[in-house]
Amino acid sequence: MKQYDVVVIGAGATGASIAWRLSHYDLQVALVDRCADASFGVSKANSGIVHGGFHHSADSTLKAKLELEGNEMFDALQKELDFEFTRCGILVVAYSDEELPQLQKLYERGVANKVPGIEMCDRPRLLELEPKLTDAAVAGFFVPRGGVIEPYGYVFSLVESAELNGVEFWRNFQVVSAEKEGDFRTLTAADGRKVQARFVVNAAGLYADEVSRICGGEEFEIRPRKGEEYLLDRTSPGRPSKVIFPVPTPCSKGMLVIPTAGGTTMIGPSATMVDDKEENSTTQPEREIIFEHSKKMVKGICERDLVAAFSGLRPVLPGNEDFFIARSEKASDLIQAAGIQSPGLTASPAIGVYVKNILADCGIELKEKSAPRKILPPKNRARELTPEELDKLHADEKLASRIICRCEFISEAEIVAAVRRGHVTLDGVKFRTRAGMGRCQGGFCAPKIMQIISRESGIPMEELTKRGPGSELLVGKLGSLEVK
Amino acid sequence: MKQINCDVAVIGAGGAGLSAAAAAAAQGKKVAVIDREESCGGVLCQCIHNGFGLRYFNEELTGPEYALRMERCARESGAEILLGETVGAVKRNSDSTFEATLYSVANGVSKLNTKAVVFATGCRERTRANIAVPGDRSAGVYTAGSAQKLMNLTGMLPGRRAVIVGSGDIGLIMARRCRWSGIEVAAVVEILPEPSGLPRNIAQCLRDFDIPLLLSHRCARIIGRNRVEAVEIENLITKERFTYQCDTVLFSVGLIPENELLKSMGVAMNPATGGPCVDGSCQCALPGVFAAGNSLHVHDLVDFASIEARRAGMAAAEYASSGKLPEAAAVVACSKTLKYAIPNKCVPGTACEFFFRPTVSCAKAKLTALADGVGIAQKMCVSVRPAEMLAMKAEIPANAAKVQFHLEECK
Ligand SMILES: Cc1cc2nc3c(=O)[nH]c(=O)nc-3n(C[C@H](O)[C@H](O)[C@H](O)COP(=O)(O)OP(=O)(O)OC[C@H]3O[C@@H](n4cnc5c(N)ncnc54)[C@H](O)[C@@H]3O)c2cc1C
Ligand SMILES: Cc1cc2nc3c(=O)[nH]c(=O)nc-3n(C[C@H](O)[C@H](O)[C@H](O)COP(=O)(O)OP(=O)(O)OC[C@H]3O[C@@H](n4cnc5c(N)ncnc54)[C@H](O)[C@@H]3O)c2cc1C
Repeated sequence: MKQYDVVVIGAGATGASIAWRLSHYDLQVALVDRCADASFGVSKANSGIVHGGFHHSADSTLKAKLELEGNEMFDALQKELDFEFTRCGILVVAYSDEELPQLQKLYERGVANKVPGIEMCDRPRLLELEPKLTDAAVAGFFVPRGGVIEPYGYVFSLVESAELNGVEFWRNFQVVSAEKEGDFRTLTAADGRKVQARFVVNAAGLYADEVSRICGGEEFEIRPRKGEEYLLDRTSPGRPSKVIFPVPTPCSKGMLVIPTAGGTTMIGPSATMVDDKEENSTTQPEREIIFEHSKKMVKGICERDLVAAFSGLRPVLPGNEDFFIARSEKASDLIQAAGIQSPGLTASPAIGVYVKNILADCGIELKEKSAPRKILPPKNRARELTPEELDKLHADEKLASRIICRCEFISEAEIVAAVRRGHVTLDGVKFRTRAGMGRCQGGFCAPKIMQIISRESGIPMEELTKRGPGSELLVGKLGSLEVK
Repeated sequence: MKQINCDVAVIGAGGAGLSAAAAAAAQGKKVAVIDREESCGGVLCQCIHNGFGLRYFNEELTGPEYALRMERCARESGAEILLGETVGAVKRNSDSTFEATLYSVANGVSKLNTKAVVFATGCRERTRANIAVPGDRSAGVYTAGSAQKLMNLTGMLPGRRAVIVGSGDIGLIMARRCRWSGIEVAAVVEILPEPSGLPRNIAQCLRDFDIPLLLSHRCARIIGRNRVEAVEIENLITKERFTYQCDTVLFSVGLIPENELLKSMGVAMNPATGGPCVDGSCQCALPGVFAAGNSLHVHDLVDFASIEARRAGMAAAEYASSGKLPEAAAVVACSKTLKYAIPNKCVPGTACEFFFRPTVSCAKAKLTALADGVGIAQKMCVSVRPAEMLAMKAEIPANAAKVQFHLEECK
C-alpha cells in the first residue's frame, strides 16, 4: 500500500492549491478525487472572478483576509502556470438612488480592508470606465485589482504542475472510509483501492461534512447554495470590459455581467438553497430572472447569444458562513478546509499557504526541494500564436496546425497533449483545452475529439464518457442492437 | 511559409463550394477550393439517404454520390482542391486582393493570395442552448447532425431509445436512421402546430415506423444526472406536462449560417437570413467577396445551393478578370408574408433568380414581383410552408430602382 506524508482529499481549487504548495517540499503527497478529473466539483462551475476584497470585513472573517491575500498572488501564479487570467477590474454599480447608502457602506468596507486603488465614481466616470452600462446606472465604485480567471484552466495547471513535481493524483478515488492505525490513516476508496497518510487534508467541497465524519473530525453540515450561470457567444455586443456587480443583497453578491477570461460573456449567478448536492440542473424561471436583471445592467445582452447554461453549488457552512480552515480538534491528523464557498477561488492560493503553515505547526518537516522545480511545457494554444509561430511549431509537431475545434480554434496537438496528461473524458478535454466550448457546443468536433481520445488513450469509443462512469457517450457499434 | 496564388479561392468544398469552383474554373480561371475535411462533400458525406440531385443532375442520388459527381465536375473544369486545410482568417490587402491563412497537418500554415473569394462554408446546427432547454447537463444529448455523423461516418450508436426534438427534415431522417439501427424512437416533438419537414419525410420516416409526432409540444426539461434518463414534455395547448423515458435526446431545431470569417471582414449581414447581404451575383457589400449555399441562407435542397453557387462562381471569375461587376442598383424588398428575399439587390436590365422563405402556410398562394410598382413576374405556389424555400426568376427592367415581392394566399 502506498504511504504518503499528506493525502489531500478533493482536487478542486482548494485541494489543488494545497497540493501544489506542498509540492515545493520534500514530502510524499497524494491528491485524491472522487471524480474522473480535477476541478469537476464546484471549481468548474462558478463565476471565475478574482474578487476585490470589499464584500466582507477582513478583521472579522477569515474568508475576506484570504481573499485579499489570494487576489495579490495570481500574477506570479499565472506567470509560472500559464492559465487565462486578466485584471480587468470590477465595477460595483448602483442602479437607483435607494441603493446609494448600501453602495457607500460597501465602499467604506473596501477602504477599511485596504483594497488597492478603490475609487468612488459618479455617473460620468462610470461611463468612462464602462460605456456599455445602461441609463439606469447612478453611481458606483471601481476596484482595479479585481479580475477574471478561467477556473478549470487554473485548477488543471495547479494539478499538472504538482504532478510534475512529485504529487501523485488519484482520479475516481472516492474516500469511503478512513481507519487510523498507529502513525497512519488508511483511506479506502469506493472501488477498494487504499492509500495511507500521516496527515489528511479535507478539501472535499460539498462533501467536506462527510469526509470529516469519516475521519472522526468535527460534526458539521455543508449546505449547497445553487447558482445558475448563462454563457453568451464571444461576439455578444453585451460583453463589458470590466466585471459589473450590482449592489449586493444580504445573502448573495447578486447577479453579475462578466467578461470571462475565455473571451465570452457570462451572466449570473442566482442563489438558491437546495437540499441535494448533485442538483446541478438549470431552470427556466432562473434564466428569465437572470436575463431580466443583466439587461438592466448592461446594454446589448440578448437571449439569442446564449451558447451554454450550467449551475454550480456553493458549499456553505450555515451559521457564520465563513471558511473553516484549521487542524481538527477531534482528529489530530486531520486538517479541515471546509465551507469554501465564494470567494473560494480567489482565496485558494492563500489557502494553500495557510494550510501549509498549519501542517508545519503540526510538526511536519517542510524542507524545500533541492532539485530545481519542473516547469509545465508551453500550452501552445493555436488561438494565441501568430501564423508564423504556428508554422514554426509545425516543423516538430505536425498536429499543431490541424484545427479540430473551429469555434474556439483548438489544434489537435492541444487535444493530444490533454489526453496524454490524463484528461480522458470529453468534459476533461473540453475544460482543459476549450475544445467544444464554443457556439456549436461540440456539434462539429465532438465526434472527432472522441476519436482522438480513444486513439491516444486506448479506451474503446463505446467506453468513453462525458465526465466519468455513468455518463457514457455511446452505447456500442452500429449493428450491435437488434432491429425490430 | 507556403505561398499559393490563385484567381478565385472557394472556401468550403460542399455541394455549394464545388459548384462555384467548377463554374469559375470553366471560365479559365485558376481556382482553389479549400476544405478542412479530408474529403469533399461537406454535410453530403453523412447523408447516406437518397433525395439529392433531382434538379441539378436530373437523377435521384444519395448525398455521397452527389458529392462525388460535383467533385468530378470541379476537377474536370480544372479547379484545384485543397483538403485538410482550415481557413483561419481572410483579410483584404491594400491592392484589393485577398489573403487567406490556411492551417493543415500537411503544410503547416500557408498563405493564399487571391483576386476573389467565395464563401461556401455551410451552416451549423442550433443547439439545446439556442432554444434554452433547461435541466441536467447529461450525456446523450446530441444535435441530430452530430448523431448522424457518429452513426454514418464513425459507425457508432449514440443510444438505445431517443426522443427527437424538432420535426425538420434532418430530425425526421434521423428518426428513420435510428430505427434502422435498432434505436427506439419514443417520439418526435414539435413546438409548432404543423411539422417542419417535407410531407414525403413524414410519411417515409415517421408513419412507416409508427413513430408518434407530437405537434404543439415542447421539450421542457432534460432529466439525468449522468446519462439522459428522461425528458419532460409540455403540451402547449393543455399545459399538461409528462415525461418520456429515454437515454438520448437529438436536437434538430434549425441551422445557422456559419459566417464567422465573413463577419470578421466587416461585411454587412442580413439579420433575416443570418448570411451576408448580397446582390444578384452573390457578391457581398465588399467587392470581390461572394457567398453561396448554406452560408448565404439555409437551403432545404442541395441542388438549389449548387445552382446559386454556380452563379457566384461565374461572377467571381468575371470579377477576377475585370476587377468590377455591373452595379446592382435595384433594391429588393418583400411583403410580411415572406421572411426574406435573396438577393438583396440586383442589376437592372438583367434576368435574376430569387429565393424566398415564406412566413405563412397555405394551400395555394400567388407570388408577384413588381418593379417600381409595375408587375414584372408572377407565379402560383402550392402547399406553401415556412420550411420550404420558394424560387422565382424575373427580368429586371432597365432603370428599375426597387423590386418588390408579394406573396398572397389564394382562397
Ligand atoms: C455559482 C458559483 C459562483 C462562484 N463564483 C465565484 C467567483 O466568482 N470567485 C470566487 O472566488 N469563488 C466563486 N465561487 C466559489 C468557488 O467556486 C468555490 O469556493 C471553490 O471552487 C471551492 O473549491 P473547493 O476545491 O473547495 O471545492 P470543489 O471544487 O468542489 O472540490 C472538492 C472536490 O472534492 C471531491 N470530493 C468530495 N468528496 C470526496 C471524497 N469522499 N473522496 C474524494 N474526493 C471527494 C469532489 O469531487 C471535488 O472535486 C462560486 C461558486 C458558485 C457555486
Ligand atoms: C441531415 C441532412 C439531410 C439533408 N437531406 C437533403 C435531401 O434529402 N435532399 C437535398 O437536396 N438536400 C438535403 N439536405 C441539404 C443539403 O445537404 C445542404 O443544403 C447542402 O449540402 C449544403 O451545402 P453547402 O456546400 O452549402 O454546405 P456544406 O455541405 O456544409 O459545406 C461546407 C463546407 O465548408 C467547409 N468549411 C467551413 N468552414 C471552413 C473553413 N473555415 N475552412 C475550411 N473549410 C471550411 C466545411 O468543412 C464543409 O465541408 C440535407 C442536409 C442535412 C444536414
